[in-house]
Amino acid sequence: MKYVTEYRDAELVQSTLREIGRVVTRPWVIMEICGGQTHSIVRHGLDQLLPPEIELVHGPGCPVCVTPLELIDKALNIAARPNVIFASYGDMLRVPGSGRDLFAVRADGGDVRVVYSPLDAVKIAQANPDKEVVFFAIGFETTAPANAMSVLQARSLGLTNYSVLVSHVCVPPAMHAILSSPHNRVQGFLAAGHVNAVMGYWQYPAIAARYHVPIVVTGFEPLDVATGILAVVRQLEEGRAAAENAYGRAVTYEGNRPAQQVIEQVFEVRDRQWRGVGPIPASGWGLRPAFAAFDAETRFDVGEIHTQESPVCIAGQILQGLKKPHDCPAFGTECTPESPLGATMVSSEGACAAYYRYGRHLENYELGVMN
Amino acid sequence: MCLGVPGKITDIYEAEGLKMGRVDFGGTQREACLAYVPEAIVGDYTVIHVGFAISLLSEEEANATLDTLREMVNIEEEIGPEK
Ligand code: SF4
Repeated sequence: MKYVTEYRDAELVQSTLREIGRVVTRPWVIMEICGGQTHSIVRHGLDQLLPPEIELVHGPGCPVCVTPLELIDKALNIAARPNVIFASYGDMLRVPGSGRDLFAVRADGGDVRVVYSPLDAVKIAQANPDKEVVFFAIGFETTAPANAMSVLQARSLGLTNYSVLVSHVCVPPAMHAILSSPHNRVQGFLAAGHVNAVMGYWQYPAIAARYHVPIVVTGFEPLDVATGILAVVRQLEEGRAAAENAYGRAVTYEGNRPAQQVIEQVFEVRDRQWRGVGPIPASGWGLRPAFAAFDAETRFDVGEIHTQESPVCIAGQILQGLKKPHDCPAFGTECTPESPLGATMVSSEGACAAYYRYGRHLENYELGVMN
Repeated sequence: MCLGVPGKITDIYEAEGLKMGRVDFGGTQREACLAYVPEAIVGDYTVIHVGFAISLLSEEEANATLDTLREMVNIEEEIGPEK
């Protein structure tokens, strides 16, 4: 497939890895921000093929993982109501709230539907005028243009039975939070290519300069990831800290202007709670007051929510790059994708799920760039 | 949800006031909203996220990246592998 196979060329990946080996002279810690990249790295065994000097730590870029528990509990409450059709991206269904998940709500008779695109949720609202249709609008900058458009579309179609439960988070504030933490180990970033496809990377030179960290916009195929790592390592070895783009085929400096305009029209900056990580100021988006009629949080009074997180789950430390999934005592035993204790075991973008799926809980795992 | 996939636009039309299209992902066809890539034409490659095209892929940039990497391989061959 064009734009895919070329970037899985085992020989090019191998030679890029060898080049990294030639350039590197001392240990470096590099974080891939995006869970999609974590998945690609673990799936293709890239972390194990890298020279031992390079440690990859997995970042917070898994939308399912960082959606706050309180909001999951709100979703569970709303989805259980008889007059509601609750529409969600599929990965959210198994995310544990305080006690249960959306699957359990569905099993108990709740009308919970998986949609591929938020526009499908709008269609459900059109087709069911006597029902309240609530869409769980979660995600990073990648899903924001789609989620925002669904609100505009509902408005232009005159729908009064469509609302969104918004939990949007943004990457740059998370980078600030990680880099300014006293526990920070990250010396360079692979930036999440598709976030940059939307937002561009004009926000990055200032971050790179302020904390003196290289930030390289990176794609998702094995060759993209290897190229991104090479670019970060070159900068680190040369003592440089710049924002670079190693994913030029999909990302421009300015990003997608029409998408940014619609985000700006529908959303405003808010403080956000990140599951496991805590509050980060100005780290996400909520609906602007002009769209309050579409806000599920004001439309449904859910009363007081008492959240309860699993006491053994260390997902928060994993999302900040401080621990790895197999450091968790519950990993692969008490906690599996079938009965997850934390959100990072649910989504394929979650580090725990990626480690579990590709056998990182076993003594012997297969190596190999191609599979 | 963040693992956007590249696909080829095979048809463009309007539905409910939005620019929409059909996109081929190596044999699988899907509908996608093209409102964020107003310049898109049939035959373009695009990255799709949750049913929305968020960026058009640049053939020129794709080739440039691959050329740089292949050059690295060639140099490697000329000077011989490490050690
Ligand atoms: S393995 Fe399960 S319990 Fe442990 S950190 Fe990951 S999600 Fe949490």
